[in-house]
Amino acid sequence: MTAPMTGGTPRRSAPAPAPDPEPDLLYSDHEEALRDAVRSLLADRSDPATVLARLESDAPYDARLWRSLATDIGGAGLLVPEKLGGQGASAREAAVVLEELGRCVAPVPYLTSAVVAVAALLGCDVAEPEVAALLGALAGGGTVGVLALPLATAPGAAADGPVAGGTGFGSVRAAGDGALVGRVTSVADAAAAETLLVPAQGPDGPALYAVDAAADGVRTDPFIPLDLTRPLGHLTFDGAPGRLLATGGRARAAVERALLTGAGLLASEQLGVAEWCLAETVRHTSERTQFGRPVGSFQALKHRMAALWLDVASARAAARNAADALATESPDTAVAVAVAQAYCAPVAVRAAEECLQLHGGIGMTWEHPAHLFLKRAKSDELALGTPGRHREALADLVALAAP
Amino acid sequence: MTDAADLRRRTAELLAAHPAADTGPLDFLRARFDAGLAWVHFPEGLGGLDAPRALQAVVDEELAAAGAPDNDPRRIGIGLGMAAPTILRYGTEEQKRRFLRPLWTGEEVWCQLFSEPGAGSDLAALATRAVRDAAGNWVVDGQKVWTSSAHQARWAILIARTDPGLPKHRGITYFVCDMTDPGVEVRPLRQITGEAEFNEVFLTGVAIPDAHRVGEVGEGWRVAQTTLMNERVAIGGARIPREGGMIGVAAENWRARPELRTHDLHQRLLKLWVDAEAARLTGERLRQQLSQGQPGPEGSGMKLAFARLAQEISGWEVEFLAEGGLTYDDWTLRRPEGVDFTGREAGYRYLRAKGNSIEGGTSEVLLNIVAERVLGLPPEPRTDKDVAWKDLPR
Ligand SMILES: Cc1cc2nc3c(=O)[nH]c(=O)nc-3n(C[C@H](O)[C@H](O)[C@H](O)COP(=O)(O)OP(=O)(O)OC[C@H]3O[C@@H](n4cnc5c(N)ncnc54)[C@H](O)[C@@H]3O)c2cc1C
Repeated sequence: MTAPMTGGTPRRSAPAPAPDPEPDLLYSDHEEALRDAVRSLLADRSDPATVLARLESDAPYDARLWRSLATDIGGAGLLVPEKLGGQGASAREAAVVLEELGRCVAPVPYLTSAVVAVAALLGCDVAEPEVAALLGALAGGGTVGVLALPLATAPGAAADGPVAGGTGFGSVRAAGDGALVGRVTSVADAAAAETLLVPAQGPDGPALYAVDAAADGVRTDPFIPLDLTRPLGHLTFDGAPGRLLATGGRARAAVERALLTGAGLLASEQLGVAEWCLAETVRHTSERTQFGRPVGSFQALKHRMAALWLDVASARAAARNAADALATESPDTAVAVAVAQAYCAPVAVRAAEECLQLHGGIGMTWEHPAHLFLKRAKSDELALGTPGRHREALADLVALAAP
Repeated sequence: MTDAADLRRRTAELLAAHPAADTGPLDFLRARFDAGLAWVHFPEGLGGLDAPRALQAVVDEELAAAGAPDNDPRRIGIGLGMAAPTILRYGTEEQKRRFLRPLWTGEEVWCQLFSEPGAGSDLAALATRAVRDAAGNWVVDGQKVWTSSAHQARWAILIARTDPGLPKHRGITYFVCDMTDPGVEVRPLRQITGEAEFNEVFLTGVAIPDAHRVGEVGEGWRVAQTTLMNERVAIGGARIPREGGMIGVAAENWRARPELRTHDLHQRLLKLWVDAEAARLTGERLRQQLSQGQPGPEGSGMKLAFARLAQEISGWEVEFLAEGGLTYDDWTLRRPEGVDFTGREAGYRYLRAKGNSIEGGTSEVLLNIVAERVLGLPPEPRTDKDVAWKDLPR
């Protein structure tokens, strides 16, 4: 018989905050329409062979693809209110775009510019002309902006001073006239950015500045990344002219909002990566014959794929929950994001590792795209906080204190 | 169509006519059934109002708030989860009218006579025979095993072989069996927890009227699929709160016993907490899909996920309790009314959870189902497909 699988009402002493109101975990028709548009664009312009070929060219970004996605489909402005030049959509829609981008590891600065940088600006005072102008430029897709923090920075880790595993407002110092001095390592999409949003220690404490990437006193040193589809660079500021966007608590909150939004929506990208890996593995093992049978008919393999399917289905629920919490500004957002990252990051890595293994030798080759997904999955695992860091965050959030 | 406001009004009327405080539980449940508020998605006259399934939650919440008695769904899980949807789909009007009301109120408990000593995962291999007599009724002989609740049951859903000359899936018919028939003998089967939840059931010349056949003769496998699908998806419409069930007990223990904490246990607890939350959200998503009438394949996976989680969490808990994990609350042979996953101690939970990956289809069999039916992977090679059951090696 079926026993009640989760048991009855729990007894609680120090309860974890209840997720309320009920999150909407499905996709709306409108979101599905957006998905179709993004998917068909990507099918035309960004199949794995194209992505692979581009990586070996001098321009790892596909500028035409970015323009179509950002401008024609209006993807770049999804998070920006209409009156500021955006689409006035929400994190739920941006999450759907990221799922699709994950499914083809598209080399475009969507997460960094349209999600993280936009979220940082939305955390500033949007009535300020400087902030509004920048938001409009990013929303239109004509400008790429990035938040100048190491890709690995987790929400909550942008402390005032330099901190282990991430750097906060302490890496860069700002003089009274806004001149910035300092260095930030491993910034995603640094080379593609026209505008840098720089957290710095100003004369009166933490502050957020905008800097033109092409300005005097800014140097970008790209280096060879593990994930070729999301280039990284070190930024050095040597008297670069910064325009003040926010100070004090507001600056801190803006950066935190950017990191939380980025981490929460990264889960959807990870979901997309995992989905592609599973689908491709099912396809390959159904066709590849050994011992007179398709290898996908061997139970040892079937069970691994079925287990992965279950993980992907759960990752979808966790990722949708985070997107919905961000979209509705739920008080549960911090928990939802930590759960989504702690859960989805390892699922994407495992899916990519299983994909490689179950492809056999061909999975080890450069020409097969499996490695692109593995590299993305593994570097996504570090991005915006490792699963371990997100679990640690949960310990505080849901009252499960360490020994 | 019936909407939430309408259901709230009907619930208020029920409570006004039958105040929860001074109505006997059974009378209240009967009245609730007759008001169509038992399972609102069932047809009118059968405990429902043809309303969307999702709206059940509205009724349940209002009634719980009013302190109304419930029908103890855990005690009658087989009837609610498996017998009812099968009878609703394949039963005759007469069967629906006879069985559904006392099933729902809990006056009549059901059990499931499916598994046999020689037919567990390979259920279609079953050997229990049903032979038709001159009057068109049936005589059943055979042995069933692992039958939960048989000792409490008034009725059983039963599958038996009616044509051994056909391949194994085709010669099976589905019946409702009267457990008070003199030919039915129930013997307790004690399990690793010390209790006897389930039984061996011997069927000797059991007479089943043809009116208690569910579905056509020889169509039993198809009818049984409905039962099995519902068994695996029996997640119910209720929302599980965060930290619902076993993870809640584990978390509560962690908070209450700082002296037992270690770093290793902390790391593992946080991972289990995340897994439990992800599983809860997956169930929640499935529930939302169902309420929109678009059931997703996630359902096939939920049982797998919960089995693994229950086993991992209960194992963690025994370890966490240190010396306390070395004790057991009670080995007395008991015949419990239901499965108690939060009331008893960690050792019981640890042992009982081992059944979660066996009961209702083993995890291995469920992984096969997900692989073939959800992912569309190539089937296992079959040697028994077109062979008459009587010619199969046994
Ligand atoms: C707590 C509990 C309650 C139960 N309640 C009921 C009940 O009320 N009514 C009822 O009818 N039955 C009940 N059952 C029986 C249950 O449905 C069966 O035990 C189950 O289907 C497995 O059958 P089996 O025990 O014969 O194991 P077997 O089928 O013999 O399986 C042995 C092992 O082989 C594996 N295996 C078998 N076939 C395959 C395959 N094709 N691929 C891979 N691995 C395979 C299994 O996973 C298992 O690990 C209950 C069982 C338990 C544990």
